[in-house]
Amino acid sequence: MRPSRAGWLFAAPALVAIAVFFVVPVVAALLMSTTDFDIYALADLRNVRFVGLLNYLRLLERPLFWRALFNTFFFVVVGVPLSIAVSLGTALLLHSPLARLKGFFRTALFAPVVTTLAAVAVVWIFLLHARYGLFNYGLSFLGLHPIDWLGDPHWAMPAIVLLSVWKNFGYNMIILLAGLQAIPGDLYEAAQLDGAGAGAIFRHVTIPSLAPMLLMVSLLTMSGHFQLFAEPYVMTQGGPAEHTVTVLYLMYEDGFKWWSLGSASAVAFVLFAFMLGFSLIQARVARRVGAR
Amino acid sequence: MWSRRGFLRATAGLCAAACVRTSERALRFWAMGREGEVATQLLRVFERENPGLRVEVEQLPWSAAHEKLLTAFAGDATPDLAQMGNTWLPEFVALDALEPLDSRIRGSGQVDPADYDLGIVDTNQVDGRQYGVPWYVDTRVLFYRRDLLELAGYGAPPRDWDEWLRMLSAIEERVGPERYALLLPLNEYEPMVALWLQQGEPLLRDDGRYGNFRSPGFARTLAFYLSMFERHLAPSIGSNELSNVWNEFARGYFSFYISGPWQIGEFKRRLPPALEPLWATAPLPGPHGPGASIAGGASLALFRRSRHKPAAFRLVEFLSRPEVQQQFYRLTGNLPARRSAWAAPGPAQDPHALAFRDQLTRVRSVPKVPEWERIATELRLVMEKVVRGEIPASGAAGELDARADRILEKRRFMLDRRAGR
Amino acid sequence: MRRPIASLMVNLALLLAALVTLFPLAWMVSASFMAPGEASTYPPPMLPQAPTLANYRLLFAEHGILRQVANSLFISLLATALSLTFNLSAGYAFAKLRFRGRERLFRLLLGALIVPAQVTMLPLFLMLKEMGLVNTYAGALVPWLASVFGIYLVRQYALTVPGEILEAARMDGAGELRIFLSVVLPLLKPIIVTLAVLTFLGCWNDFMWPLIVLTDHAVQTLPVVLAALSREHVQDVELMMAGAVITVLPVLLLFLGLQRYYLRGLLVGSVKG
Repeated sequence: MRPSRAGWLFAAPALVAIAVFFVVPVVAALLMSTTDFDIYALADLRNVRFVGLLNYLRLLERPLFWRALFNTFFFVVVGVPLSIAVSLGTALLLHSPLARLKGFFRTALFAPVVTTLAAVAVVWIFLLHARYGLFNYGLSFLGLHPIDWLGDPHWAMPAIVLLSVWKNFGYNMIILLAGLQAIPGDLYEAAQLDGAGAGAIFRHVTIPSLAPMLLMVSLLTMSGHFQLFAEPYVMTQGGPAEHTVTVLYLMYEDGFKWWSLGSASAVAFVLFAFMLGFSLIQARVARRVGAR
Repeated sequence: MWSRRGFLRATAGLCAAACVRTSERALRFWAMGREGEVATQLLRVFERENPGLRVEVEQLPWSAAHEKLLTAFAGDATPDLAQMGNTWLPEFVALDALEPLDSRIRGSGQVDPADYDLGIVDTNQVDGRQYGVPWYVDTRVLFYRRDLLELAGYGAPPRDWDEWLRMLSAIEERVGPERYALLLPLNEYEPMVALWLQQGEPLLRDDGRYGNFRSPGFARTLAFYLSMFERHLAPSIGSNELSNVWNEFARGYFSFYISGPWQIGEFKRRLPPALEPLWATAPLPGPHGPGASIAGGASLALFRRSRHKPAAFRLVEFLSRPEVQQQFYRLTGNLPARRSAWAAPGPAQDPHALAFRDQLTRVRSVPKVPEWERIATELRLVMEKVVRGEIPASGAAGELDARADRILEKRRFMLDRRAGR
Repeated sequence: MRRPIASLMVNLALLLAALVTLFPLAWMVSASFMAPGEASTYPPPMLPQAPTLANYRLLFAEHGILRQVANSLFISLLATALSLTFNLSAGYAFAKLRFRGRERLFRLLLGALIVPAQVTMLPLFLMLKEMGLVNTYAGALVPWLASVFGIYLVRQYALTVPGEILEAARMDGAGELRIFLSVVLPLLKPIIVTLAVLTFLGCWNDFMWPLIVLTDHAVQTLPVVLAALSREHVQDVELMMAGAVITVLPVLLLFLGLQRYYLRGLLVGSVKG
């Protein structure tokens, strides 16, 4: 068998699977988003109507859509920098030559990443309980009033941000740690010989060296944050008063709760468009910064 | 060293196993809430009477049941029969998911249509055909703390809205700012719907084509409902934020609660015994006197795609036997659908059931429109936003009509198409 | 270089971070051994007064959670096996077997990474419905058959296989399949373990797709059943914690045992360009 034919045969199963279970559905989703496919259509396909871009326009008229966009953006804008900051901070701590028991700490800090999100979300529901939760108990020690984390519309999303940071910071920590370890030691020595203090070293050696990795990490983290679903589903069911409805949650409810599949597909593509847009913007910014 | 062949064989075997569904020789029966919990108990006798026939009961929480039934329909994974809220029947009939039962009922010795109240039978009829056999009847009434009401100076439950408001205010004055008089959970739409039904006007206009939220009746109901929160008579929370509804009722966090017959059983199970003589039920007060309530209840329905329809209907017949209905009542507090089941000791004797008996003579149906569940959910969401101050009360009716009209758009299209317009 | 204060601060900070990270998990375990109702008291307890296995017994005896444990195990194992089969062969092909359009096809695949998987879920559900695979294990496995990330991972590693070894084997007359199985796979062992660990963990923890495609308790996986239980039993804290422990413990142990491979997988995808 010639290598080239072998090549196709070896790659075929995976390519076929990707074509059938990924590419076809994506195209189908695009088509579906131009119809009003709903529960009536599930009963009888003849009840489908082609509506062009009407689903997208209708989305713009729905207050819940804008609410979902706002909630999702809030989560991204607050959660991503916070998460990366914590990751960078812990990576720096682990990287420090003064740190002991690095293996243990690295494992401990990474542990939440591998836990099942649905399960830890359930745990956090109780930790965040207004009366019996340990978070509020801790707040009472600091002399602060208890917060109705999941019941107060203004605190529900911040609570989810906290959970998300706790769960995911370990992932970027490992990546940034590898990046820190890859910085050549002579850069640090040269800076120290020049008399630079710790702060200056951080600003002029560490960050620039890490910049490409920070960019990639931000992109990945942002992409993940846009897809927030499990936490609102498990903890708040989109409430209170729709304050934790995210774009993906909206898609799930429209699609799998009410079976307005046409509208839900439109939501999915809007999400995709936003993620694509943000990635392109960030890549553009990075190129500009890198060129400097 | 694992052999390639061994690995492939194992994978293939696992794959084959993966494609097989759950056993084909069992009846799949979906039941909700407490009914689901006791169903297995009830069915032991049925299984004994029908050797070789096994019943797999899948218990669904009420909060997810509607969603799961729709999902099952969409995924071609419906059970053989299911307990269904009778407000859901029109929706599933529109989807052509249910099996018409007229001929089976006619040929059945067990299910006697004359033994059911006409109103109840009606809720199970869509387009003139029978799609469900009523299992139990259900409506919403007041559950209240008699002792706390007496302390506030009243010996009898309220008969109309004004009286109710006075009583609630009196209780609130006595129990103080940390406690409330009435629980209206923000994650339930039933209380609001019940109050609106009392106005006597249709909830949707024009054969269910448009919302009727901008009607004067809704405006009156909205004002009454909101006044409960504005006057600090009801807490602005959902039932999930209470740690435990029964504990809170026992400790007097609220004195009035609007709920259904299953609470009779739950109260007996979960409240401390000392509280038993202190609570009572009463029919809902209406705007000008005793008011209407929701014509609820659950039915047993067969799915079209079932491959065990005769056996499934035998199960329906079993659950419709008067003795079994009474046993069901004893286990859950749910009121039997058959009149003859009311005769025997049990439902007729229980003082708490009397309020239900009375209320059942004044029940009204919600619109028999497939989209109703979704519209009711929007009602609940908008109400929550108004209570939390995110939407002004004056904008609620318009917002609800906009949402309802949008949801009903496809229905209008389908109705027009059917009419040939 | 002795800097005792700085050293103390760094390690203290790490300790604090570790405490914050591990505390919820520790409380989860602790509460799972509390008596029913014990966790809903004020002040909230950190340790059970009299540790009991009652919650676990309830989960296994009354809720039959062993079934869902078996489901999760079964689906995750099968997903791992299938994923390995599909991704290893494709990754190797993209790395070492020359065929027309290989590079362009690979870049196209990488482009597919930008599309979020949720876009596919709705039509995929309808597709599986037509095939009769909704509410079956097979339905849950479909997204795990082949992944672009998996192929990428294998390819990166397979690129390091020296071409001369392959040429030599070919000159000896060995067929491509034989070469793959006896020469390449042993060299790929580390990445096989990595991919296996990543797939198993990913599949075990997966939530949205199993939620959509598995509707009956009998075939559902642990995360889905836990979410369902948490809605019904929102009052039963201790029971929920026991369920969470059962869900989280296996993957945590797997991770602890195979950390090296997991972390490598994480880095291979990210560090190298």
